[in-house]
Amino acid sequence: MDTMLLAIPLLPLLSSLALVLLQPGKRTTAILGVGSVMLSAILVVGLQLLLWQQTRFVETASFGTWLTTGRLEIGLGLYLDALSLVMISVITGVGALIHLFSASYMRDDPDYSRFFAYLNLFVAAMLILVLADNLLLLYLGWEGVGLCSYLLIGFWYKVPANNAAANKAFLMTRIGDTALMLGLFLLFYRFNSLNIAEIQTAATELLGAGATGEPLLGLSCLLLFAGAVGKSAQLPLQSWLPDAMAGPTPVSALIHAATMVTAGVYLVARNYPLFELAPAVLLLIATIGCLTLLLGAGSALVQTDLKRVLAYSTMSQLGYMFLALGIGAPATAIFHLMTHAFFKALLFLAAGSLIYSLQHQQNILKMGGLWNKQPLLLVAFGAGCAALASLPMTSGFFSKEMILEKTAESGHPLLWLAAVTGAFITALYSARLFYLIFFGRQQTQLSHDLPGSMTWVLLILTALALLGGIEPRGLSVLLPGSIATPEAQLGPLQHWLPLLLPLLGIGLAWWLFSTGAFTRPSGPRLTPWVLFLRGGWGMDTLYLRLFVDPFVRLSHLNRHDVIDKGYGLLAGTTCALHRLAGRLQTGQLRGYAASIILFCLAGIAWGILG
Amino acid sequence: MILLWLILLPLMGGALAWYAERFDARLPAWIALVSLLSCLGLLLPEVLADPAAGLRYGLWLQDVAWEWIPRFNIQLHLALDNISLLLVLLTLLMGLVALSSAWEEIVEYKGFFYFNFLWSLAGILGVFLAMDMLLFFLFWEVMLVPMYFLIAIWGHENRRYAAIKFFLFTQAGGLLMLLSIIALVLVHYQQTGLLSFDYQRLLAAPITSASARWICLGFILAFLVKLPAFPFHSWLPDAHTQAPTPASVILAAVLLKTGGYGLLRFVLPLFPSASHYFAPLMLTLAVIGIVYGAVMAFSQTDMKRLVAYSSVSHMGFVLLGCFSFNLLALQGVMLQMLAHGVSTSALFVLVGMVQHRLHTRDLNKLGGLWQCLPRLSAMGLFFAIAALGMPGLGNFVAEFLVLLGGFEQHAGFSILAASGLVLGAIYCLRMISQSFWGQLLLPRAAGALASTGPDSQTPPSGTLAAAAGTSAIPADLNAREAMTLAMMALALLGLGLHPQPLLSELNAVLSALLEAAS
Repeated sequence: MDTMLLAIPLLPLLSSLALVLLQPGKRTTAILGVGSVMLSAILVVGLQLLLWQQTRFVETASFGTWLTTGRLEIGLGLYLDALSLVMISVITGVGALIHLFSASYMRDDPDYSRFFAYLNLFVAAMLILVLADNLLLLYLGWEGVGLCSYLLIGFWYKVPANNAAANKAFLMTRIGDTALMLGLFLLFYRFNSLNIAEIQTAATELLGAGATGEPLLGLSCLLLFAGAVGKSAQLPLQSWLPDAMAGPTPVSALIHAATMVTAGVYLVARNYPLFELAPAVLLLIATIGCLTLLLGAGSALVQTDLKRVLAYSTMSQLGYMFLALGIGAPATAIFHLMTHAFFKALLFLAAGSLIYSLQHQQNILKMGGLWNKQPLLLVAFGAGCAALASLPMTSGFFSKEMILEKTAESGHPLLWLAAVTGAFITALYSARLFYLIFFGRQQTQLSHDLPGSMTWVLLILTALALLGGIEPRGLSVLLPGSIATPEAQLGPLQHWLPLLLPLLGIGLAWWLFSTGAFTRPSGPRLTPWVLFLRGGWGMDTLYLRLFVDPFVRLSHLNRHDVIDKGYGLLAGTTCALHRLAGRLQTGQLRGYAASIILFCLAGIAWGILG
Repeated sequence: MILLWLILLPLMGGALAWYAERFDARLPAWIALVSLLSCLGLLLPEVLADPAAGLRYGLWLQDVAWEWIPRFNIQLHLALDNISLLLVLLTLLMGLVALSSAWEEIVEYKGFFYFNFLWSLAGILGVFLAMDMLLFFLFWEVMLVPMYFLIAIWGHENRRYAAIKFFLFTQAGGLLMLLSIIALVLVHYQQTGLLSFDYQRLLAAPITSASARWICLGFILAFLVKLPAFPFHSWLPDAHTQAPTPASVILAAVLLKTGGYGLLRFVLPLFPSASHYFAPLMLTLAVIGIVYGAVMAFSQTDMKRLVAYSSVSHMGFVLLGCFSFNLLALQGVMLQMLAHGVSTSALFVLVGMVQHRLHTRDLNKLGGLWQCLPRLSAMGLFFAIAALGMPGLGNFVAEFLVLLGGFEQHAGFSILAASGLVLGAIYCLRMISQSFWGQLLLPRAAGALASTGPDSQTPPSGTLAAAAGTSAIPADLNAREAMTLAMMALALLGLGLHPQPLLSELNAVLSALLEAAS
C-alpha cells in the first residue's frame, strides 16, 4: 500500500518530466499525459477499495528525509486519512476526466506536449499538497500548484494580456503564501514541529484543556488563513481569479474551479483542531466567506463573458465553503468542495465545448437559441446550472442546503441571511446564463461537432453533478461531529426559504429574460452600478491606485539608484577639488615665488604670535 | 599538500596559458580546462570520504603550514574544513561554467584572458583556504587585480568606469581590513605576548580590549563591500553588467561569497561580543538590502543589471543569517551561498547567450524569445523560478532556513525580510514576461521566423557563427550550452530536494562556530 501511495503523485510527476525532456509527438504526449493521471486515479480507486470498511485509518509512506538539522525534522512523507482520500479522489478523478477532455480540446495547439507537461506537473503538485504529512511539504505542493497555475494562465504566451493575468495570479497568491510561511514559523516555534499530525494532537490536547484564545495561536491561524485567502481567491486577495480565465478552458476547469482554488479550504479543514483554538479567527473566516460569496454572486450577475461568469461563481461558491468552515462544519465544507468540483468542472468543460464549437465566441450576449442545436450541451449546462443554483435533488442542493442549515444552527442570523441572499442571486445568475445561451434568437453559427471523448467526459460529469451528492454520510467520518441529520430546532422559515429561493430566482430570471432586461443596455441610472459590479466591485482599480502605481512610480523614480548618486557625488567632489588644486599649478615662476613668500610670512607670523 | 596544489595549479596553468597562446590560440582554454579539472580531481578524495572519518584535525579535514616570514611569525598556513570544502567546490564548478561561457564569447587576447581568469580563481581558492591573516589578505588582493583586468579589457560598453569603480570599492574595503588585521595582531600580542597572524591562535584567545569593536568594524566593512550589502552595493550593478559573461559568473558565483565567508570565518568567531553589538545594525542593513535590491531590480531595463540587483537582494539573506546567531540560519547561509551561486550565474550565462545571439539585453527590445529560442527560454524560466524561491529548488531551502532561524530571536527582521519573497517574485516575473513571453519584438529574428513559416517553432540547428549572421534565426542552445545549464539545474534540484548530506556535513562545524560566536 506504501508503494501505491507513493506512486499516486509520482506517476504524473514522472510523466511531466518525460514530456519536458523528450518532447514527444502528439499521440505519445496524449498517452503519457492522460495515461499517468488515469493510472493514478485507478490507484486511488484501489486504495478506496482496500480501505472501504475502515473509517479511522491512517496510511503513511515516505520518499526519505528532506531537511533535518538541529530540532528541525522534515521529511518527504505522505499521510493518507479520510480527508486526504476524498481530496485525492476528487483530484485524480476530475483530473483524469479533464485530461481526457484536453487531449481532444488542445489537439490543434502546437505546444501540445508543453501543455500536458504543465498539467501533469500540476496534478503531481496538488497531490503532494493534499498528501503531505508536514506543513513544509504541503507548502511545496502549495507553491507548486501556484507555479503551474501561473504557467497555464500564461500558456498562450504571445498575448500580453495573458502574461499580465498570469503575473497577477502568481503575485497575489504569493502574498498569501508568504503570510502562510510566517504562520509556519510561528507554529514551529510554538509546537517544535511542523508535522501535521503532531500539531493536531497537541492542538486537540490544548482544546481538551480548554485553552482557547491564545493570542499566538490566533495569529498563526490568521496567517494560515491568509494563505488560504490568496489561493482560494477570497477577499481581499480575490481579484486574480476572473483574470485567470485567460488560460485554456480545461485549465480553468481543473485548476481554477475544481482543485487548486480549493486548496485553501483543504488547508483550514486539515488544521481544523488548530483553528478551533482560535474562535475569533473562525468567525473572521465565516465573515470573509460571506462577503466573498456576495461579492462573487453580485459580479457574476452582470458579466458578459461566459468564463468570467463561471469564475465569479467559483469565487462565490468558495465563499460558501469558507462560511461552512467558519461556523464549525468542516466536513460540510469538504462535501461542498466535492460537489462543486463535479458541477463546476462540468460547467467549465461544457463552456469550453461551446466556445470550441462557436469559434471562440465567449460573449454570452452574442449566443442564444442553441437549445435544439446541441442537445448534449443543453443537458450538460442544464445539469451544471441546476446544481449551481442548488435545485432540489442535484448534488449542489445537498451540500449547499447543509451549509445553510448549519449556518442557521450556528446562531449567526446575519451570516445566514447573507448566505440565503447569495443562494438567491446564485440561482438568478445561473438561470440568466442558461437562458441567454440556449433561448432567444440564435446569433452565432455552430461549427464543429464534439469529438467522442469530449462527449463521454461531459456525460460522466453530468451524472456526477446530478447524483454526486446523494450519500454524504460517507463523509461524516472525516471530521467528528459534523454531518448530522437536520435538527428540529430550525424554524419553518429557515427550513423552507432556502428551498424556495432558488425556484424564485429562476422564475425571476425567466421574467427578466422574457422582458429582455438581460440583453438590452441598462438605463443611465443603472449603468454605473452594472459597471461597478462587472469590474469586481472596483477592487482592481483600488489596488492599482493603492499599491501597483505607487510601487512602479517609486521604483521608476529611483531606477538610477540614489545611493550610487551619493558615491558619484564623492567622485565628483574629488574631481572638483583636483581641478581647484590643479589651478595652483600654473607653471609661472612668479606665482610660485609669491606663494613661497606668502607661506614664509604666514609661518613667521604664526611663530611670533603663536 | 593537496591544498597548496589547489592554489598552485591554477596559478601555473594561468602562466602556461598566457605563454601557450603563441603556439595556438585554442590552447589557453584547454589549459584552463585541464587545470580546473585536475583541481577537482585533487579534491575528489575529500568529497567522497566518509564525513566523520575525514576530520583528521579536529574539525579540519586538511591542515598544512610552512614558515613564510619567521620574523613576524607569518606562515603559509592552509586548512580545509567543510565550509571551505563546499565553497572551494563551488568555485571550481562555477569556474567550469564560466569557462564554458568563455569558450566562444572570448575571442581577443585569449592567453591573457585565461591567465587572469585562472589567477582570479586561484586568489579566490586562496581566500577560502588561507588560515594566516596576512596570507588571507594577500589572496584577497590576488583575486581583485585579475578581475579588474577581466572587466576592463573584455567588458562591454562602459567597462573602464565599471572596472575602476569595482577596484576602488574593494580596495577601500581591503585597506580597512589590512589595518584591522594589523591592529588585531598587535592587540593580541599585547594581550598574550605572542605575535601571531595565525587564525587558529587568534581564535583561541579572542581579544577583549575596548578597541575590539573598531577592529571588528574594519573587517565587517571589507566583507560588506564584497557581499555586497546596502549601502555599499553600488559597484556591483556596474561591474556585473559591464563584465564579460565569464567574469560575471565568477563575480556572482564566488567572488561575492568571499564576503559571506569572511563574516562566517572571521567576524563571528573572532569578535563574538562585537558582532553581537553590531547585530541590530547588520540585520537592519540586511533587510534594507533585501527590499532595496528587489525594488531596484524591478526598475531595471537592462537584463543583466536586473540580475545584478537581484544579487544584492539575495545576499541580504546571507547577512541576515550570519547575524541571527542561530544554527538553522547559518545552515541557510551556507545553502544560500551555494544556491545563489548556481542560480545567479546561470541567469548571467543565459543573459550572455541572449546577448551573443541578439546583440541586446534591453528588456524593452526583447520579448517572445520562446518563439525562436524555446530551449533557452525554458532554461531561463527554470532559473528565474529558482531565483524567486520556488520550493523544491535550492534557493527556497536556503531562504526558508535563514528566515526560520532568524525568526526565533528577531521575528521582526524575519517578517520584513520575508517581503523579499513577494518582491523577488515581482522582478523575476517581469523578467520572464518581458523577455521570453509576449510578441517577438526583434525585427530581424521575427522576420526570419516569419519567412520560414509559422509552423517551424524550433529553428533549424546551426552554428553560432551562422546565428551571428545577418538574417538567420538565432540558434537555440548547442550541446555544450545545454549541458552546462542542465548541470546547474540539476544542482539546484539537488540542493532543493536533498540538501540533507550538506546539512549533516555542516552541522558540526557550524555548531562549533556558533559556540565560538556566543
